[in-house]
Amino acid sequence: MKILVAIKQVPDTATQVKIAGDGRSIETAGITWIVSPYDEFAVEEALRIKEKRGQGEVVAVTLGPERAKEALRSCLAMGADRAIHVNDPAFNDADTLTTARALAAVVKQEQPGLVLVGRQAIDDDMGAVGGQLAEVLGWPCAYWIMEETIDADGQTVKAARQVEGGLEVFDVPLPAVLAAQKGLNEPRYPTLKGIMGAKKKEIKDVKAGDLGLGADAPQLSITKLEALPPRPPGRIIDGDIATAVKELVRSLREDAKAI
Amino acid sequence: MPHPLFTAEHEMLRRSIRSFVEKEITPHVAAWEDEGRIPLEVWRRLGELGFLGLEFPTEYGGGGADFLASVVLGEEMARCRSGGVAFSVLVHTDMSSPWLTRFGTDAQKAKYLPGIIRGETVCALGITEPGTGSDMAALATRAVRDGHVYRITGGKIFITNGVYGDLYFVAARTGAGTATRRHDGISMFLVERGLPGFTVSRKLDKMGMRASDTAELAFEDCPVPAENLLGVEGRGFQQLAAGLQRERLMAAVLALSGAQQAVDDTVSYLHQRTAFGEPLAARQVLRHRVADMATELEAARQLVYRAASLYAAAEECVTEVSMAKLFATEAANRVAYQAVQLHGGYGYMREFPVEGFFRDVRLWTIASGTSEVMREIIAKRLLT
Repeated sequence: MKILVAIKQVPDTATQVKIAGDGRSIETAGITWIVSPYDEFAVEEALRIKEKRGQGEVVAVTLGPERAKEALRSCLAMGADRAIHVNDPAFNDADTLTTARALAAVVKQEQPGLVLVGRQAIDDDMGAVGGQLAEVLGWPCAYWIMEETIDADGQTVKAARQVEGGLEVFDVPLPAVLAAQKGLNEPRYPTLKGIMGAKKKEIKDVKAGDLGLGADAPQLSITKLEALPPRPPGRIIDGDIATAVKELVRSLREDAKAI
Repeated sequence: MPHPLFTAEHEMLRRSIRSFVEKEITPHVAAWEDEGRIPLEVWRRLGELGFLGLEFPTEYGGGGADFLASVVLGEEMARCRSGGVAFSVLVHTDMSSPWLTRFGTDAQKAKYLPGIIRGETVCALGITEPGTGSDMAALATRAVRDGHVYRITGGKIFITNGVYGDLYFVAARTGAGTATRRHDGISMFLVERGLPGFTVSRKLDKMGMRASDTAELAFEDCPVPAENLLGVEGRGFQQLAAGLQRERLMAAVLALSGAQQAVDDTVSYLHQRTAFGEPLAARQVLRHRVADMATELEAARQLVYRAASLYAAAEECVTEVSMAKLFATEAANRVAYQAVQLHGGYGYMREFPVEGFFRDVRLWTIASGTSEVMREIIAKRLLT
């Protein structure tokens, strides 16, 4: 079975995000870029499916600037067979739907039996691309996947998604889009052998034109980023217990509007 | 920004090791410090991931990478907040087993390297003796040929990985030196744990590096098979000398990277801790101190990377390595002092990693060649 894994390159979780001068993007200087952690679960699951079935191909795909190649290279080092990089300035301001359409075009060319994504990227937390991709393709889709088992003939996947207090289990006909949740697996560390081997694997650059796409204006664009306001200082309420408690309740009700 | 010394592959390896260290090493170092050893499963896990055989030949299961891959391993291991864990691992990978690839026969390599790379055979280096540290020519352990064996008698001290190790690279005298060539007559042997007459006489209690086990060893008529002579009989000192630059560079790398972690920990502490109504990070006197610490480490890093690039290119680098080892380990100790100072009372508490670093890093101006010996080597080359 051919499995396509769509991933996104995001700033390292430890990054102290700063808003750039234009007020609508982040300062990228000095950022360490990584594969979004939920996408790593997706890559790992794809590799496990291939290993379990003893055959198949894992193709990593991303839409992003030149630097995103490094993220694809990490997927190759983990064990993906090859990668596709949708790398075109026309997509610089892509929103989730534009991204999903571009990925759908890649899917139509590649014809995988399954598409895996992370349940959301950890930078903008939209969690939309997987669902929109399935919609554009007309495929079924399930999010927050904690377990999956593909039947022997590759026609159906039994997928369990995390819900409050338990798991919801679906029989999903393939092809389908599944979005990985934390807990699906423990991603492997790229070994030196994998890293050296990744150098020789193919990363195909594709442009909007190769996918038969024009440069649609995004329907969604960021107008402004705002930092959280700094936390106001704490307040110590003096006085004897009875008065202080009264004042605390009043303050929680009237000032903080917490109760 | 990654340093230009390292390739994209080195940086990918770095991320892989860093992620492993953060998830599988750092959360456990406090327990291992208390136990005074690293669990066997950790050695196996490091082996499984290929981190113990980065540079070893691929035909034995190694990664066939260059020296800078080992530098990356040292740097990332040293950030686990236990100097002892990093020390133990790097003694295995860089301060003992490379002699096997360098001087071992094909049969010796085939016998031992796969286990070393898989983390099943933990290695130790047995040179230092109660009466012999920097002056290696004075070593008194003897090996006497007796048919198919050499019988080793003597004692070794300060042997890292010595209590729980499996394979010991032991230096012993097979012949006398001469007045002009005192270092002649020393040989190296591969000694397996469990041979008759070979005992761990003491587990040593140390100031720092507590997660690494350190032993005093005793040999009494210990019969080591003659095929376990490593390299050429009587040329042990020259063989050891050839590996010293690697060991010293790695010592500098470990001290430096540990110090960088201590600076990072100090910076986050200064942001969190408030005094006189503002975070300590806002106070100029402390900010300037951090600037000095970081600058000193950056200077040390340039020396270490310069020496590492020469070593990686197999260029003559004794002076550069000695300077890097001297400066980086002394600078790391100055940084450790300030890191504790800037943490105030908390810096003196076991639960803060700078306390451990302060004790661990003290070793590095002593082990792998003292600062005094480094100065002597540099001076000899300057003043003839």
